[in-house]
Amino acid sequence: MRHLLDTVHLGREDALRILDVAETMSEVSGREVKKLPALRGRTVVNLFFEDSTRTRISFEAAAKRLSADVINFSAKGSSVSKGESLKDTAQTLQAIGADAVVIRHPASGAAQRLARTDWIDAAVVNAGDGTHAHPTQALLDALTLRRELAVRNGVDPTGRGLDGAHVVIVGDVVHSRVARSDVWLLHRLGARVTLVAPPTLLPVGVDTWPCEVTYDLDAALASDPDAVMMLRVQAERMHGSFFPSTAEYTRTWGLTAARVDALGPDTVIMHPGPMNRGLEISSAAADSPRSRVLDQVANGVAVRMAALYLVLSPDTPTPASGGHRG
Amino acid sequence: MNWDTMPGAPRGAHGREVLSCAEMDRALTRIAHEIVERTKGADDVVLLGIPTRGTHLAQRLALRLTEITGRDDSGLLGTLDVTMYRDDLRHSAARTPAPTRVPDGGIDGRTVVLVDDVLYSGRTIRAALDALNDLGRPAAVRLAVLVDRGHRELPIRADFVGKNLPTSTGESVLVRLTETDGEDGVSITGTAETTDMAGERA
Repeated sequence: MRHLLDTVHLGREDALRILDVAETMSEVSGREVKKLPALRGRTVVNLFFEDSTRTRISFEAAAKRLSADVINFSAKGSSVSKGESLKDTAQTLQAIGADAVVIRHPASGAAQRLARTDWIDAAVVNAGDGTHAHPTQALLDALTLRRELAVRNGVDPTGRGLDGAHVVIVGDVVHSRVARSDVWLLHRLGARVTLVAPPTLLPVGVDTWPCEVTYDLDAALASDPDAVMMLRVQAERMHGSFFPSTAEYTRTWGLTAARVDALGPDTVIMHPGPMNRGLEISSAAADSPRSRVLDQVANGVAVRMAALYLVLSPDTPTPASGGHRG
Repeated sequence: MNWDTMPGAPRGAHGREVLSCAEMDRALTRIAHEIVERTKGADDVVLLGIPTRGTHLAQRLALRLTEITGRDDSGLLGTLDVTMYRDDLRHSAARTPAPTRVPDGGIDGRTVVLVDDVLYSGRTIRAALDALNDLGRPAAVRLAVLVDRGHRELPIRADFVGKNLPTSTGESVLVRLTETDGEDGVSITGTAETTDMAGERA
């Protein structure tokens, strides 16, 4: 795996590989010495052109637990605010000797641009680009869900997909790179996905996605899904009127206390964060025992460790390996 | 772990059989008795198998240790994956690590016996010693292997050996275990150009 850019082009085999590696990586977080030497001497640059707390610290923790050197770069206070282009920034990182670049950018396709040019040789991991993709978020959602199902069925999650699972994704789909990445990944892993949103928050062409679409949240929840995933209402990307008022949004598409009470016994609640409490998710939902929000955060570190390890490992043996010997 | 013995290696034609099912059984029983003898009762022993076949061998040794000493098996058995500690990670294809399971009670102050199927270059054991370092501080670390085939590249020596096997570097040692391969046995395939006595160079 050379880069991790989206989930549309991520095959089931590769996805399961990342999840299985992540499963063993998560053991490290429970140890006294939370460190593996796998990426010792490699340099990972966190290139963040957009505000982020959890994704950046999650990637930073992941790289550090694999003993990589981490350089954090945020656009604020950098030469980007003086007008430096992505190309010049990338070439600077190349000259510094970055082995992997984790990029968050407001423009859809920025990660692809970086991966396909000759500006930089480093492996590229997409940490969210515009409204396009956020593959590590989708992978951590899949890891969380897979573990949930494995515990429920009393089996080992390793090597399994999400076959037969039903996931309801609710909210601001049109602005959500998380929803896009989740739909394709969960579908590829065998889960049935239902999107629930007001028509104004559904993108053009959603009918071609491998999922069902409905406007009715209560009907979707009544089908007893394995997980309900709430999306953040992304006010900062809304330059028009997408719904009449926040109160009406909450009433129709928010996960209110009443809707939590009506959920089936096994349905878990997920949210990619940061949460708008009182808008798309009530505190009753966010703090309920069904909430897996903090598991998602913990699993995020494991998934990102797996992603960094796999993009920084050769796909095929290089001549210098001299064979495998015990 | 010896990568020559990973699944996918040709196992149909076994080559020259060097350890039969019964001989393997006797060798493991002897190793178990030696562990008891040299650790004065094996009370504080923790067996850590190195995946994949070392894990199964450690399980078999654990069974014998409990039979010999009568101690219960709590805190006796674990697995130690060394993938992330290997010195050839940057040059070999990405490997999926196996789980590491440290038994309840940990390894601090215990006598850890690492268990692997084949001892060859010694690099796996070097990685295992590094991995142990991150898990705790054992009182002592010992090494038990089913086959020592020589050609060490590091100053590492096994404490308990099932069979010393002179091999050439052109040969492959295939360890078959019921758990992974459906039967027990060890065989050698390949060409013997320069034979090296196992252990001589250690």
